[in-house]
Amino acid sequence: MNINDVILKTVSKGAVLIILTFGIYLFLSGHNQPGGGFIGGLVIASAFVLMFLSYDSETVSDALPIDFKKLSAFGVLLAMLSGIAPMFFGGAFLAQSFGYFNLPIFGKTELATVTVFEAGIALTVVGVVVNIILSISEDE
Amino acid sequence: MYLLILAILIPFIATALIPLIHKRIGAFHIGWFVLLVPLALFLIFIMQIPAISNGETLIQAVNWIPSIGINFTVYLDGLSLIMALLITGMGSLVVLYSIYYLSSSDSFPHFYAYLLLFMGAMLGVVLSDNLLVLYVFWELTSISSFLLIAFWYHRKNSRYGAQKSLLITVFGGLGMLAGFLMLHSMTGTFSIRETVTVIGQYTDHALFYPAMFLVLLGAFTKSAQFPFHIWLPDAMEAPTPVSAYLHSATMVKAGLYLVARFTPIFGGTAEWFWTVTIVGLITLFWGAFCAVRQTDLKALLAYSTISQLGLIMSLLGLGSAALHFGDGEQGALYGLAIFAALFHMVNHSTFKGALFMVVGIVDHQVGTRDIRRLGGLMAFLPITFTFAVIGSFSMAGLPLLNGFLSKEMFFTASVNAVSLPIFGVSSWGLLIPIIAWTASVFTFVYCMIFVFRTFFGAPQLKKLDRKPVEPSIGMLISPAILCVLIVGLFFAPNLLGDHLLKPALHGIIPGISGAAPHISAWHGFNTELFMTLGIIAVGTLLFLTFRSWYKIYLIQPAGWNFTVLYNSLLQDLKRAANWITTHYMTGHLPAYFAYIFVFFIAAAGGTLISTGALSIDLTADSPITTYEGMLIVVMAIAAISIPFAKSRLTAILLNGVLGFSIAIFFVLFRAPDLALTQLVIETVTTVLFLLCFNFLPEWKTEDSSKRIKIRNAVIAIAAGVTVTLIGLTVNSGRLFESISGYFEDSYELAGGDNIVNAILGDFRAFDTMLESLVLFIAGLGVYTLIRLKHGKGPGKDEH
Repeated sequence: MNINDVILKTVSKGAVLIILTFGIYLFLSGHNQPGGGFIGGLVIASAFVLMFLSYDSETVSDALPIDFKKLSAFGVLLAMLSGIAPMFFGGAFLAQSFGYFNLPIFGKTELATVTVFEAGIALTVVGVVVNIILSISEDE
Repeated sequence: MYLLILAILIPFIATALIPLIHKRIGAFHIGWFVLLVPLALFLIFIMQIPAISNGETLIQAVNWIPSIGINFTVYLDGLSLIMALLITGMGSLVVLYSIYYLSSSDSFPHFYAYLLLFMGAMLGVVLSDNLLVLYVFWELTSISSFLLIAFWYHRKNSRYGAQKSLLITVFGGLGMLAGFLMLHSMTGTFSIRETVTVIGQYTDHALFYPAMFLVLLGAFTKSAQFPFHIWLPDAMEAPTPVSAYLHSATMVKAGLYLVARFTPIFGGTAEWFWTVTIVGLITLFWGAFCAVRQTDLKALLAYSTISQLGLIMSLLGLGSAALHFGDGEQGALYGLAIFAALFHMVNHSTFKGALFMVVGIVDHQVGTRDIRRLGGLMAFLPITFTFAVIGSFSMAGLPLLNGFLSKEMFFTASVNAVSLPIFGVSSWGLLIPIIAWTASVFTFVYCMIFVFRTFFGAPQLKKLDRKPVEPSIGMLISPAILCVLIVGLFFAPNLLGDHLLKPALHGIIPGISGAAPHISAWHGFNTELFMTLGIIAVGTLLFLTFRSWYKIYLIQPAGWNFTVLYNSLLQDLKRAANWITTHYMTGHLPAYFAYIFVFFIAAAGGTLISTGALSIDLTADSPITTYEGMLIVVMAIAAISIPFAKSRLTAILLNGVLGFSIAIFFVLFRAPDLALTQLVIETVTTVLFLLCFNFLPEWKTEDSSKRIKIRNAVIAIAAGVTVTLIGLTVNSGRLFESISGYFEDSYELAGGDNIVNAILGDFRAFDTMLESLVLFIAGLGVYTLIRLKHGKGPGKDEH
């Protein structure tokens, strides 16, 4: 994937940042607006894929030492553990709860355990998508 | 509070920790850490004895899936406590023994991870009150047994034995699951305790007997009952500590446990009585008969285990008659058999465990367990010899050892059964003590073979790999403890009887309120004693004249046994599967699509028409706007053009047009979440296509015949029509009230305005979690397929 294309590289430097921000925004806004773990994960994954497309995989791997296989496994684990956690408080498996708190900067904010669960989903999606694309691209 | 539930979970947690600990401790043997788990659990269960022996029971429950009645309910009564003590007690001894038994070339983390997995699963089986939870643990024991038998997986026989045990026990387990589901459809509960209380109303139900036989199928396959016993001798390929633990002391007793546990449900019927008794007696005899001809010490012990399991099984069958009588003298009389079964179950674990450890020592110290190469080891291994004598004489039922007591009780039960006034026993009843006695004669013979062929006679040191010496003290501790128990239980049997066996008996036969039998060694000169004396006399004679009657074993033709049947069935299965696969897996992608779509049309379209659900009512639909009309035209043109595209790039682009149009539809119909997802998916798909472009073969125009083209076109159009019809039908009719109203309250229920995500992350989070798991597994699949296709990749674990 050695596309030695100056324009692509320059554009993607900025674009990756925007896409990542958008992905995280989508992830966080999913509770009340369109978005959520799956879409957020996909958008973040596409940012990584763009990086891999514009630079060669060694460069990206050096700058971004993430094992995407482990990331996806960690995501699944996180989603499951977030389901087990409420059982210790007498809830059912995967029971979610939420509450409203007054935080210093944000003011009255809603915090929900579903965010942890969705984070697990997002990490799984990022890990799996990038891993599949990397596997295929690195195949001889 | 949740001590018992924790007790089940602790081995699983320890299993997960093993790889982490193993990396940290360096040269220190990980077995010592593992040993702490069963020891701690053993102490926990010991502490429950006072409460249980007072007749109390413990119930602890955690809701799991309450909506369909699946709860993690743990129930501890006398029967479960006996099993739990066996599992943790034998577990401790076996782990200790294995520390010295395993060689440094073995993979300790794997071994102990499997062993702990088994321990947790087995505790789950004996403590679960919920049938489905029990079933899951039941299959987990099969899987861990499979892994342990195949521990030395470089050996062909190990792999064969592991596969055989898995196929047979899982086959039975699936039957048992069907039985459980039948029980549930009758009684409406998955709880064993509740089933016991309500089953009385359902004995005439059409499913009562099918459920009974399916549950028995599970029990018989697990406990290696005739004719499913064939997996146990092959399971002896496992390391000897595993054989001592799983395949004699605990896992094979799960079937007995199940039969005992279900006795209050199915017992008291003639079908249960005869099935369990007859299968038990046949197994008892056949196992003992086959054990005599074995030349491998472990094979001998395997058949002996089969035989002993049959003995306990037949006792459980005989004892079930007590349920027919309920409280009273007769109930107590026949209930004795259950008591004897439980007693013998404990005794068998002690002496068979000791014997397996003896074989392990012999194998470990001299390099063989073939009795044709052994002999005269008494002088070299005096301590081991003592263990062997205690263990096998107890198994033979000789006095001063615990086996004598339970064997005598077995004879008492079999003699009592002759006078049983029900189930038509009177015509055939005499056969019960006769078979019991004959089998016991063979038991005596193989016990003598075990001791005398190994330890007496002329030593054949030239045939041995090494000069025999006693092993290190660590290997002797566990069998020594068991031998002390064997002798101790003879002198103080009522300690066990009053505190554990009695509450267990009352759990199995709830009707009996009277005192449990008192175990005593001396009953005077009664039938049972003469039976034992007869066994010693005839057995000694048979042992001494073994060579002259050996020919009896040649009567059975070589091709006539169940192993041959199993092998040929397996072969046929493979051949049939292969035939089917080669005929439809052609490697031709359009053919696969044809299968999928034809099946879809038949299944979905067929259901739609056969159930009369098809109804199209367009009156309430909103009109098609200009935008929508334009999109439809665009999509139709793109879709129809794809099959006529001249290059792959055109086809991909046209496909993209379809994808983006759908996204626009989502926007039009105000589904921003779906539109977003669709757009991102389209992006990622495009990248994937870019990557795959290099690998795809040259784009060719389809050169199949006109007939096939027309056929494919028909299938494609039919699939499209089916989907359209389903869509229109769904929009027109209401078969039941919509559930969507519930989700509209998502802000109050889940704190989120976005209904879609509230459904995904909260209301239906379980689906989402499993979907992410599926995605993960699919990702791993892609990775492995690509990385390992030329045998490259990590390869560290490959040999």
